[in-house]
Amino acid sequence: MSDIATRAGYGETLVELAAEGVDVMAVEADLSGSTTTKKLGEAYPERLVNVGIAEQNMIDVAAGLSLAGKVAFTGSFAAFGTGRCYDQIRNTVCYANLDVKVAPTHSGVTVGPDGGSHQMLEDISLMRGLPGMNVLVPADYWAAKQAIRIAAATPGPFYVRLGRAKVPEVYDAQTTLELGKSYVLSEGTDVTVIAAGVEVAQALEAKELLAAEGISAEVVDAFSIKPFDKETLLASVKKTGCVVTCEEHSTVGGLGSAVADILGENYPVPLERVGVRDSFGTSGDPNELLAEFKLDAAGIVEKVKAVLARK
Amino acid sequence: MRANIIKMLGEAGSGHPGGSLSAADIVACLYFGGVMDYDEHDPQSAERDRFILSKGHAAPVLYAALAEIGYIPEEELGTLRKLHSRLQGHPDSKKVPGVEVSTGSLGQGLSISAGLALGLKLNAAPDAQPHKVFTLMGDGEIEEGQVWEAAMFAAHDKLDNLVAIVDNNELQIDGNVKTVAGLQDIAAKFKAFGWQTIEVNGNDVDAVLTALKAATLIEDVPVCIVAHTVKGKGVSFMENQAGWHGKAPNAEQVAQALAELEGEE
Repeated sequence: MSDIATRAGYGETLVELAAEGVDVMAVEADLSGSTTTKKLGEAYPERLVNVGIAEQNMIDVAAGLSLAGKVAFTGSFAAFGTGRCYDQIRNTVCYANLDVKVAPTHSGVTVGPDGGSHQMLEDISLMRGLPGMNVLVPADYWAAKQAIRIAAATPGPFYVRLGRAKVPEVYDAQTTLELGKSYVLSEGTDVTVIAAGVEVAQALEAKELLAAEGISAEVVDAFSIKPFDKETLLASVKKTGCVVTCEEHSTVGGLGSAVADILGENYPVPLERVGVRDSFGTSGDPNELLAEFKLDAAGIVEKVKAVLARK
Repeated sequence: MRANIIKMLGEAGSGHPGGSLSAADIVACLYFGGVMDYDEHDPQSAERDRFILSKGHAAPVLYAALAEIGYIPEEELGTLRKLHSRLQGHPDSKKVPGVEVSTGSLGQGLSISAGLALGLKLNAAPDAQPHKVFTLMGDGEIEEGQVWEAAMFAAHDKLDNLVAIVDNNELQIDGNVKTVAGLQDIAAKFKAFGWQTIEVNGNDVDAVLTALKAATLIEDVPVCIVAHTVKGKGVSFMENQAGWHGKAPNAEQVAQALAELEGEE
């Protein structure tokens, strides 16, 4: 299997949906090539609206299109496609509960050389706090295609977190994923390692490293951050007795927080979080950055050992 | 409509009379002057034109119009801004039939209207006229930068089924629009983005109707009507007073205002 970016699943799935008769549109802010929404415009010129470098207008034009019955996806990079237009997402898309699907690309440190201004690490936190917003974080290209399909088929606001970097395939063409579900990718007994996005592949790699040391990790893909699959999490931790969360995001308000919320209220167990610790990103190669911020398999192994020591 | 605005704000004990009264003639012309197509029995009719109140704080003027149409009962107007009321301080489209989209955070209505106008154009049969979208903004509101993103987009996409109206009452919460942030010639700005503009006395019903009807006939470009209005229009002690932007009248003031408005009729 070859590595492929989650963003590669975006534009081409929109084309598939349009071919299937879904009245889908993409509203873009001058980044249609980077996000891949350009593919929709090439196949169906009227279905891609480029508003220029104007993210606030992008969100509300999508809102207006949804009022005309369209399923409207928005683009740009995660930093600008959520942060620059948070008020538009909050007060128009979510407050009016519209069929707008916010699906920017270039989330996390794996954006790489563009540096901290472009590496969005607070988007899950921003989006999951919004009433009525659904949040999906696909782990690979196949999950990304599923996420776009789920967002298009389900009424209401969505945030789909997509990335720039090529990541290993975790799923395949036969995969079907659901809103509100996490997926146990590999069973284990000593620790639950629950990961989202690019961290899922890192967690699977960490599992191999841990196995070599006699530690059995259960790896869970938290595909649906909101609504969150409480049952799968609790079933896993009742078996393992401890958790490590892994996200290419700030530890403030993301997957780690979502898991801590649920465990705190339902089944407190030792928890360690792999994530970016209240800081911005920095320029570098994606793999260098995963190591720099201890988001790589070695970083996960370190946290697993820390959480096992607290059991 | 003005009397209902005063009554509901008096009952609510808070809200925005100034900008509701300045816009009353414009909103009345849109709904009751034969400008907009709509079905008084079906707020969701597919064959309707749309009105989006971008200046959401003027909710009372919209609610007064929706009550006049019959989308909401007139007696419900007294629940404005109260707990469990459908009539939120700023319009909530999840709750109120006839409210096309929730507004309240300023500067968003023009973008939403432009997206809607584009969507309605794409939905229209090849030989049919697309449904129209009207949006009402305040002059203070257009200090928001997003308005100019939308102005650029609507002209670029030739959204000639879009009419923006600026309620140019010259006042915002902190004072005169020209002194607070230096907003200058509104029509010139829209023209520079490629819009056609019409300037009109926004409290002269005949003039407003003429402008709106002319605006709907213009092809290839969106139209901005700069409607020069008096904030607090129709109530002597509220007229041209920035202090009445966001303050409700007390019982005595309600009585005086209603006496003036009824005397006028």
